[in-house]
Amino acid sequence: MSEENLLEVDRLITSFETERGLLRAVDQVSFSIPYGKTVGIVGESGCGKSVTAMSIMRLLPQPSGKVLGGEIHFKGEDLLHASDKRMREVRGGEIGVIFQEPMIALNPVHRIGRQVAEVFRVHKKMSKKDAWDAATEMLALLRIPAPEKRMMDYPHHLSGGMRQRVVIALALACRPDLIVADEPTTALDVTVQAQILDLLGQLQSEMDMSVMLITHDLGVIAETCDEVVVMYAGRVVESAPVEELFGSPLHAYTKALLRSIPTLDTPPKSVLPTIPGTVAALADYTHDCRFCQRLGKKTVTTRERPEFKEVQPGHRLEICKECSDL
Amino acid sequence: MLKADDLRVHFPVRSGLFLRQTGAVKAVDGVSLELAGGETLGLVGESGCGKSTLGKALVRLLKPTSGSIHFEGRDMSHIGQRALRPLRRDFQMIFQDPAESLDARMSVRSLIEEPFRIHGMGSRAERKKWVDELLDTVGLSAASAERYSFEFSGGQRQRIGIARALALKPKWLVCDEPVSALDVSVQSQILNLLVDLQKEFGLSYLFIAHDLSVVKHISDRVAVMYLGKIVELADSETIYRNPKHAYTKALLSAVPVADPKVKRKKILLEGDVPSPIDPPEGSAFGHRLNHPRYDETIGMDLSLKEIEPGHWVAADPCCLEPEDWKRLS
Repeated sequence: MSEENLLEVDRLITSFETERGLLRAVDQVSFSIPYGKTVGIVGESGCGKSVTAMSIMRLLPQPSGKVLGGEIHFKGEDLLHASDKRMREVRGGEIGVIFQEPMIALNPVHRIGRQVAEVFRVHKKMSKKDAWDAATEMLALLRIPAPEKRMMDYPHHLSGGMRQRVVIALALACRPDLIVADEPTTALDVTVQAQILDLLGQLQSEMDMSVMLITHDLGVIAETCDEVVVMYAGRVVESAPVEELFGSPLHAYTKALLRSIPTLDTPPKSVLPTIPGTVAALADYTHDCRFCQRLGKKTVTTRERPEFKEVQPGHRLEICKECSDL
Repeated sequence: MLKADDLRVHFPVRSGLFLRQTGAVKAVDGVSLELAGGETLGLVGESGCGKSTLGKALVRLLKPTSGSIHFEGRDMSHIGQRALRPLRRDFQMIFQDPAESLDARMSVRSLIEEPFRIHGMGSRAERKKWVDELLDTVGLSAASAERYSFEFSGGQRQRIGIARALALKPKWLVCDEPVSALDVSVQSQILNLLVDLQKEFGLSYLFIAHDLSVVKHISDRVAVMYLGKIVELADSETIYRNPKHAYTKALLSAVPVADPKVKRKKILLEGDVPSPIDPPEGSAFGHRLNHPRYDETIGMDLSLKEIEPGHWVAADPCCLEPEDWKRLS
C-alpha cells in the first residue's frame, strides 16, 4: 500500500445470488483514492459503480450480495476483514456517504435537527444539548439560512437543494477522511447542482477530505475530479488523471462515451455518434472483452479477464487488441 | 401552425373543513408562443417552473384556466373532450419515463395498436401491418411485437413510446424530458431518431428538457421559462451565444462542461425558485437576486419585447444589462 493513498481497492469481486446463478456485478475492480483528491467513477447504469461503493462500506443488500475476493485498504486498515463493530464506527465516522435521493436518505417523520444531532450522539457520544448545538453549527457550515429554525423542520418542508445540504451535513458531521457521493446532484436542477458542487469543493479543501464521486455526468467529472475511473459492465476499463482521460483516452469505450454527449458547440440537429448495441445482461457475457461483445466484434473467448495494467504513469487500461490503443 | 396566446393554468389550493379555495398555484401564468410546421421549440427551466404543465395544457391533457390555443386556425382551448378527440390525432406526447407510461400487462403490439383501436381505424390485418411498419420506423425488430415492455431496456422502451405517439401520424409532438432517464450512449441514439423522424415526416416538436446541451442540439428556437412565464425566446444559436436575460445567463453558466481544460466562472444563484402559490408581485427573478431596482418592477409591464429581430426578452430592468434595458424602454 502506497503512503499517499487513503483508500486502495485491489481486484475487488462482488457477486449477487440470482435466479441465473452467482453473477459478478463487480469483477476485479482496482483503483485508489489519494489523500485530499477527488476521484470520479463514471459509467452507464448497471456498470457496478454503486455496488463498488456499497462493497467498500459493507452496505450490500443481504443475503444476496457478497464480496468474493480482492482487498480494500483504508488508511492502511483491511476493511474487508474488519469486525462489524469497527465498520459501524467507520461508516458515518471516517467515511461519510451522500446518496442520490435526499428524500429517501432522510427520515420523513423526524425533525431535521434530531437526524443531524443523532450522528453526534452515536459517533461522538455527546449529550443531547451538545449534539443539538453541534448539529446547528453543521447546518450553518453548509450555508443553510436560519439554521436554528431549520432544525425544527421536517424534510418535506425543505426544497430539493436544501434537503441535499442536510444529507451532506449528515455525511460531514464527524469530519470524515473520505466522502462517498453516489450521484449527489443527479436529482437536482443545474443551478442547484452548481451550488452544491461548489459548496462540496470548498468544504473538501477546508476539511482536507478525499471524495469518491459516482456519476454518469461527464461534465460534472470534468469540473470536479482530479482522477477518473471508467467502468463498463462491472470492470474498470480505464483510469487516468482527468485531463489525460479527456485529452487522450485510450479505450474505445471511453472514447465512445466522450463522443456521444452533445455539447453546446455541436452543430444543431447533426447526427450524434452513438454506441451501437446495448449493455448485455451479466449472465450473457461470453467475450473476454465486454465492450467487444457490445460492438459485435469477434475476439478470443478464453473466459479469462483481459489484463488491466499501467500503460503510462498514472494511466491504467484494460488491454484488448480491438478496444485499446497502445 | 400552433399558437398559444396568454395561456394560464392555475391549480386551486383548497384548505379548511369545507375545502374552500384559498389560493392558486399559478403554474403557467400568461404564456404566448407559436410553433411552425417542421420546427422544434425547446423549453428549458428549473423544476417547478411550469414547463411540463405548459406542455400538457397545449395537448389539452389539462384544461387551461384562461387564454387560447389555436391549432391550424381552430380554437381548441375550450372545446369539450368529445369534440377534441378527432383533433387529438394531430398531436401526441412522449413521456419522460417509458417504464411508467407503458402498461406492463400489454404486449408491445397491443400498446402500439391501441391508438388505432381507439380511433376505430383499419381492419385487424391492416393494423398488424401498421404496427410492423412503426416498429421498423423506430428501429425495433418485428419480433419485439409479441414481447412485453418490461423485457426491454430503457432506450428500447422509449422507442416503443415513440412508436405509439407516431401511430396516428401526428403533426406535432410534445416531448417531455424524453431522454433524461437514459444513459448518454442511449440518449444520443434517441436524439438521432427524433431528428430523423422530424426530417421524414415533417413533424414539429415542443421539446421540454432541463439538459441545456440536449435542448440546444435538437431545437431551432429555445424558450426559457421561469416561474410560469417565458423570460427569453430566440433561435437556439443566439440564445446560447448572446443571452440577454440574467436568468438565461445563470442557467447557461451552471451547465457543467465535459472538458477539464475549460475553467469558467459560474454565476451561482442564491436560494431557490419562489413558490408559484405566492409569486413576488414584481420581477420574479429580480426578487431572487434581491435586485435594488426590484421595487420599480411592481406593477410594471414585464412582457416579452423584441430586442433584436427574432430575439424576445422580458422587459425587466432587474434582469437586463443597462444598455439593453435602454434599448427596450
